[in-house]
Amino acid sequence: MWQALRPSPGNLRIWQAGLLLAIVGLWHVLTVPGMVPPLIFENDQQAAFFFGEPVKVAQRISRWFVQDGDIYGHLGITLLETGLAFVIGSASGLAVGLWLALKPMASALLEPYIKAMNSMPRIILAPIFSVWFGLGVGSKVALGVTLVFFIVFFNVYQGVKEVSPVILANARMLGASPRQLLRHVYLPSATSWVFSSLHTSVGLAFVGAVVGEYLGSASGVGYLIHQAEGVFDINTVMAGIVVLTAFALVLDASVGKIERHLMTWQPPGGASDKL
Amino acid sequence: MSVSANTPALSLQAASVSFAAPGQPGGRYTAVADVSLTVGAGEFVSVVGPTGCGKSTLLNLAAGLLAPSSGTVSVFGQPLVGINRRAGYMFQADSLMPWRTALGNVMAGLEFHGTAPAQAREQADDWLRRVGLGAFGDRYPHQMSGGMRKRASLAQTLVLDPDIILMDEPFSALDIQTRQLMENEVLTLWSEKKKAVLFITHDLDEAIAMSDRVVVMSAGPASRPIGEFSIDLDRPRDVAEVRTTPRFIALHKAIWAVLRDEVLKGYTQQLQKA
Repeated sequence: MWQALRPSPGNLRIWQAGLLLAIVGLWHVLTVPGMVPPLIFENDQQAAFFFGEPVKVAQRISRWFVQDGDIYGHLGITLLETGLAFVIGSASGLAVGLWLALKPMASALLEPYIKAMNSMPRIILAPIFSVWFGLGVGSKVALGVTLVFFIVFFNVYQGVKEVSPVILANARMLGASPRQLLRHVYLPSATSWVFSSLHTSVGLAFVGAVVGEYLGSASGVGYLIHQAEGVFDINTVMAGIVVLTAFALVLDASVGKIERHLMTWQPPGGASDKL
Repeated sequence: MSVSANTPALSLQAASVSFAAPGQPGGRYTAVADVSLTVGAGEFVSVVGPTGCGKSTLLNLAAGLLAPSSGTVSVFGQPLVGINRRAGYMFQADSLMPWRTALGNVMAGLEFHGTAPAQAREQADDWLRRVGLGAFGDRYPHQMSGGMRKRASLAQTLVLDPDIILMDEPFSALDIQTRQLMENEVLTLWSEKKKAVLFITHDLDEAIAMSDRVVVMSAGPASRPIGEFSIDLDRPRDVAEVRTTPRFIALHKAIWAVLRDEVLKGYTQQLQKA
């Protein structure tokens, strides 16, 4: 009996779903007032107050999406910020990474500054961006861009540095001009590194958007969470977290899909997986 | 034998190459010194020598990837500046672009030269068939065996129809059967078009079996040619069969007598370094 049921590649999905159900179930049992006697807390309301209740979280989500339908605006803003931060950050990281990798003198000159900016906890720039770009979309995009830029930049820089000298010499012997080398050798070689970083950077773009909203805004899912937190509405906070997680997973999956489409030339198993 | 033997296809005159090398006496490492070497149009010349004798340096000189520290390199009588546009180079290591299919790789050179895509595709297809990869045009390098990659490299080099072909131990990574097949194929292709070939190898058998002339390099550093042998075996040759002929054995003996001391010298030097 156990032989047939134990986790195996065939029933992996079922087990994963089961694990989720178990966690939610446990959450439910431990938090609904009066279901089990309070273990740590003084009365049976406190567990629900601190941790929320899964049923109410689900109701909140369903009100957002179905009954009230008032989350779409906020979600749209957050996704817009994420998308803009991701695109601008990746494109500028790619451009600057290519440029610096091909200009050794410029990269030597800028190296300490790049290191400093990378080691700086860039989330701390959020208040400055709020002052510069206001409380709208701009400041959140700026924060996301600073997070995404460095990830992509370092990967591209590394990718270009590690282009095989033989492939490079071969392309030159085949008559490639500097521009053609960039287009046909450096860029494709760097893209494998870019894609290994895009999974991280799409997540960071999301972080930038939500943290920016949390710190000061009038719309977005981060703003909803912040509002709910202000009135100790833990169920809404939890609901916001669940919605954000779901959308982060969707974004990551779409990056993976694009990656598989563009990187057919790579041997399976992903040779480059560095950060 | 040669097409127009007046001006050599490739000529190195007293060429030396040295690199800045901290830790070496004088702070410089001289790879090759005072090398004079010519390859006539349509001539197949092999260079043999012990490991680390600067054979690849010689080839990079001829390709224009490396400029001589002193001396001159000329191509069909013209001093070489920058990349040697009349040469095709087949590298020792894998040199195919992993993000292009076999067909894409063979097309690459034509694309770089501005050939119309349709025409480039047609020519590339034709060359893939000639090297026996007609059915594998859509494979990526990681989906091909070592031998197939070498064939694709060969097609990639030859599709541009270079007047000079430079080959750097192109088959050293292949097993002996595949290797002999490839050697015969290269000889067949060469005999059709009679290009100048500069072939680098550490394998004396391969050098004798394929060439018109074999040049022996001394052990490095500062290696230079120390012997030159004309190979008067009949063509066309089969690289496997020619090895058993008395003339081949006599040539092998004569060249090996020169090469052996250098190999030993090179070997002791490597041991000392280690």
